[in-house]
Amino acid sequence: MSLFRRIWALGNRAKLDCDIDAEFREHLRMRVDANIAKGMSPEQAARDARLRFGNPAVMKERVGSEDAALGLDSFFRDIRYALRGFLKSPGFTAIAILSLALGIGANTAVFQLLDAVRLRALPIQKPQELAELRIADGNPTGFGVSNGPYANFTVPMWQEIRRHHDPFSGVLAWRTSGMLFGRPSDGIQINGLEVSGDFFSILGIPPWQGRLIQPQDEVSCATPKVVVASYAFWQSHMGGQPITSNTTVLANGATAQVLGVTPPGFYGLSVGDTFDLAYPTCIPPNPRREIFIYSVMGRLKPGWTLDRASAWLGSISPGLFQSTAPDGYSAQAVKTFTSFRLAAYPAGSGVSTLRKTYDTSLQLLLAITGLVLLIACANLANLMLARASTRQREIALRMALGATRRRLLRQFLIESGLLAIIGAILGVALAQPLSRLLVASLSTSNSPIQLSIVTDWRVLLFAAIVAIFTCIVFGTFPALRSSSADPITSLKSGARSVTGSRERFSVQRSMVVAQIALSMVLLVAALLFVRSYRKLMTFNPGMRESGITMGFFYFNLIHAQQEDPADFKRDLVDLVRSVPGIQNAAGTTLTPLTGGLWSHSIHIGSHESWSYFTYVSPTYFATMGIPLISGRSFTASDSMSAPLVLIVNQSFVRKYLNGENPIGQIVHVLPEPQYPARTYQIVGTIADTKYDDIRHDMPPQAFVPIDQLPMTAQQPASAIMIASSSPAAIDAVRRAIATRYPDMIMQFFDFQQQIQDGLVADRMMAMLSGFFGLLAIILVAVGLYGVLSYFIAQRSNEIGLRIALGALPWQVIALVLRDTAVMLLIGLFVGTGLALLATRAAAAMLFGLKPNDVATLVFAIALLAAIAILASWLPARKASHLDPVIALRAE
Amino acid sequence: MAKNDLQGALDLLILKTLSQLVSMHGYGIVAHIESVSDDLLNVEEGSLYPALHRMEQSGWIRSEWAVTEAGRKARYYSLTAAGRKQLAEREKNWQQVVKGVQAILRFA
Repeated sequence: MSLFRRIWALGNRAKLDCDIDAEFREHLRMRVDANIAKGMSPEQAARDARLRFGNPAVMKERVGSEDAALGLDSFFRDIRYALRGFLKSPGFTAIAILSLALGIGANTAVFQLLDAVRLRALPIQKPQELAELRIADGNPTGFGVSNGPYANFTVPMWQEIRRHHDPFSGVLAWRTSGMLFGRPSDGIQINGLEVSGDFFSILGIPPWQGRLIQPQDEVSCATPKVVVASYAFWQSHMGGQPITSNTTVLANGATAQVLGVTPPGFYGLSVGDTFDLAYPTCIPPNPRREIFIYSVMGRLKPGWTLDRASAWLGSISPGLFQSTAPDGYSAQAVKTFTSFRLAAYPAGSGVSTLRKTYDTSLQLLLAITGLVLLIACANLANLMLARASTRQREIALRMALGATRRRLLRQFLIESGLLAIIGAILGVALAQPLSRLLVASLSTSNSPIQLSIVTDWRVLLFAAIVAIFTCIVFGTFPALRSSSADPITSLKSGARSVTGSRERFSVQRSMVVAQIALSMVLLVAALLFVRSYRKLMTFNPGMRESGITMGFFYFNLIHAQQEDPADFKRDLVDLVRSVPGIQNAAGTTLTPLTGGLWSHSIHIGSHESWSYFTYVSPTYFATMGIPLISGRSFTASDSMSAPLVLIVNQSFVRKYLNGENPIGQIVHVLPEPQYPARTYQIVGTIADTKYDDIRHDMPPQAFVPIDQLPMTAQQPASAIMIASSSPAAIDAVRRAIATRYPDMIMQFFDFQQQIQDGLVADRMMAMLSGFFGLLAIILVAVGLYGVLSYFIAQRSNEIGLRIALGALPWQVIALVLRDTAVMLLIGLFVGTGLALLATRAAAAMLFGLKPNDVATLVFAIALLAAIAILASWLPARKASHLDPVIALRAE
Repeated sequence: MAKNDLQGALDLLILKTLSQLVSMHGYGIVAHIESVSDDLLNVEEGSLYPALHRMEQSGWIRSEWAVTEAGRKARYYSLTAAGRKQLAEREKNWQQVVKGVQAILRFA
C-alpha cells in the first residue's frame, strides 16, 4: 500500500506540490480573515499571518521530507542535480568518466578473455556431466608417439573403453587434424574434426541442417566418405546453400557427401580451436598400438561422480593397459605403459591448451589492469577532493539551510556512483573491441584462435563488481570528508585559509604515495616483460633464423614416391636447390623451434639415456648456419648401405661422453615400433642449438643422415629448409615443383616469422604491460601535478607571506620539492617492496631475467623519480613566481 | 524519549482534536486547540503541517478537499480506524507521562 502510494506519488510530484501550496494558501487566508474579524487592517492582518506562518518554502520542504514518497523523488532530484553539476564542469567529468571507462574496460576485456578460455561451459546439453578421460598424472616420460595436445588414447585403448564404461552413459572419441579442401594443386588447408559415431548424440548437439554423423557412418568406414560442415564453414565456403543428398565437397583429394551442418556456436571440444569439416573415425583392422591419437570423453550416468568414475577407471586400468600394450618396446618401457592409470576430469568447459599457455598471462594481466584501475581511482579521489573543496561554500550553505549530513553524503555518493555507472557502461562497451583486439594479437596467420567473446552474466557481474569497488574507493572518502566539514569555518574562510587543513592534505598525499607505489609495481613488471621479450627476440638459438623458408610437401597423392621414398625425397631437395635464387636447401624430419619433439632411448657403453634425434640432408648444417666443431659433416655417400653415422651437439658430448673424444664413439639406439634397434658411430660434433623452444635449455641432440631413416619410418611427406626468404624465389620453387608433380600439396612458411609467432604470449605481455606501465606513469604525473597545484593554491597566502618576508625563489621551489621528495621516497620504498613481492608471480614467464633484477629496479626508480620531479617542477616554479601582493590581497 | 514525548504530545493534540471535531482543516485544528486551551497551548504551523503529513503517511488520518462555511476550498483531515486506536494508546501513554512527571515534581 505504502509502496504503491510512493510510486503513485512520484508521478504526481507536481500535483502534490500544488496541493501543499493550496493548503498553505488557504491557511493563510483563513488567518487573514480571522485577523480582520479581530479588527486589524488588511495589511496588518496579512503581515501577522505571514509572520506566524513562517517561510512557506521551508515549510514545504519540511512537509515534503515527512512524505515517504518524496524520499525516492529527492533521490531522483539528487541525480538530476549531480548530472547538472557534471555538465557544468565538463573537463572534470570527461576525465573522470574516460579514466574509469578505460580502467573498467581493460579489466573487463581481460576478464572476458579469461571467461571465454576457462570458465564458459560448452554449448552442449548438461555440460557438467561431461568428463575427460586421461592417464592420471599424464605421460611424463613421453611413452609412445603423441599426435597432439589432447591425444590421450591409442586406438586399442579407445576400443577397450568403448566396450566397458560403467560410469558413463556414453563415451566419445575425437581428434583434430588438418584437411585439404579442394583440388591438391590449389586446395586450401582446413581444420578437420574426426569424431566417433555417437559424438554428436552424446553431446546432444542438434543438426542445424540435414543430419549429423551417426554410428552407422562409422561402421561403413570406407567410401563414399561422409562429412558434416561447421556453420561458419558452410556459410563461408559452401555459400550457405541448403544441404541435399547431392551436396558434396572435395576433401583430402576425394569426394565426400555432406550430411549436414552443426549449429553456430559449436566449435568442437577444444576451446580456442575451430573446425571446418567433421568426419567419422575409421578404425583400421590393425591399428597402431603406440600412437596416442584420440581425446576421449564420456557423459557421467546420473548418480556417478568424477571421483567414483575415477576409482572405477583405476580399477579397470591394469587390465586395459595390459591388453593394449604395444609391441616392439623394451620390457622397461612396456612396464611404464602398463602401470598407467586412467582417471576422469571435468570437461564441461572443454579442453584447451590456451589455458596452460595463457592462464598465468591473463591472470597477471588482470592484476595489472586492476592496479591501473586503482591508480586511476586514487587520481579520481584526489580530483573529487579538490572538486569538493571548491564546493565548500555550496556545501556549507546547504548545511546551514538544514541539510543533514546523511543527505550530503548521499549526494556525494550519488555523484561518484553515477560516474562509476557511466564509466562501467562505457567500459563494458569498450571491452568488446578490446578483447577482440587481444584475441587478434594472440592469433597468428597459421594458428588463428577462435574464441566466442560474449558478454555473459559473469562478465556483467564482474564489471558491476569492479564499478562498485571503484565507486567505493574513489567516492566514499571525499564524500565523508566533505560532508563532515564545519559550515561556519567554511563559510567564514571561503576558499582559502593561511595554512589549509593539514588533515585533508595528508589524505591527498597518501593518495599520491599510493599511486607512486602502485605504478612502481606496474613499471617494474612492464620493464621485466619488455626486456624479457627483447631477450627472446634477440636471442641467438645457434642457427640462422632470417632468410630461411620452411617448405612442407605432402605427396600421398603421388604414386612415384612409393618405389623408394628416400630417393624421391632426395630428388625433391635437389629440385629445390636447382631453382635459381635458392642458395641452399636441406630436408629434415623435424623443423627446429617450430615443430614437435622426437627422441630415442640410447645406450652409450653401459650407460642408458636418451637424446633428441633429427634426420637431415647433408646440406642441413650449411643451410642453417650451424658450425661443425669437430669431425666431418654428412655427405651424399652416407646412404642406407653405408655405415650408420651420427653427428651430435656439444650438450650430448658433455652429458654422455665424460670428456672423451666423441669421434668414433658408438651409440646404440633402442628399438621401438617402426624404428628398429641400431648402432651408430659418431663422425662429427656441432655447436649447441636450441631445439623445440628458445626458453628451454640446449638439450642433447643427435643428427642422422636422412637417407638412413628406417624404411618403416618413411612418411609421404617432407620438410625442406630453404635458404631464401625472397618471395620470388619461393614462388619459383612452387612453380618448379608443381610442373614436375601436379598433385603435390605444398606449404611455405618464413622460419623467423614462425619462431616469432611462437612468442605471441610474450609479445602480448610485453606490449600490454608496457602500455599499462606508461599509462601508470602518466597518471602519476597528472596526479602529482594536480595535487601540488592544489596545495600551492591552498597555501598561496603562506607562500606569498614567505616571499614578502624575503624567501628566495629557490627556497619556495625547495619547499614544494621537499613535499614531492617525501611522497616520492615513501612511495618508492613501499612500491619496491610491493614490486619484489608481486613480480615473483611472473618469474616463470621471464626469459633470461630474475624478477628481482637490480638494473630493472634501479631504472624504474630513476624513471619514476624523474617523472615525479618533472611533474612537481612546474607548479613549484609557478609558486616561486607568485606575486606576494596579489596573493595576500586576495584574502 | 524526551523528543518522542514532545512529538507525541503534538500528535495527541491533533488526534484528539480530530476525534472531537470529526473533520477539520489545518487552520481549524490550530484555532480549536488555542480556543479550547484558552490560549495556553499554541500550535505552530511549522510543526502542524509536517505532523499532519506524517500521520497521513502512517495511515492514522485521511484527508480530502472540501468547502468551508466561508466558501473556501480547504483540506479536511479526519481520523481513520488506525488513528482512533492510536489515539487511545496515546491518551493512555500520556496519562502515564503526566503521572510520572508529577511524581518527580512532588518529590522535592
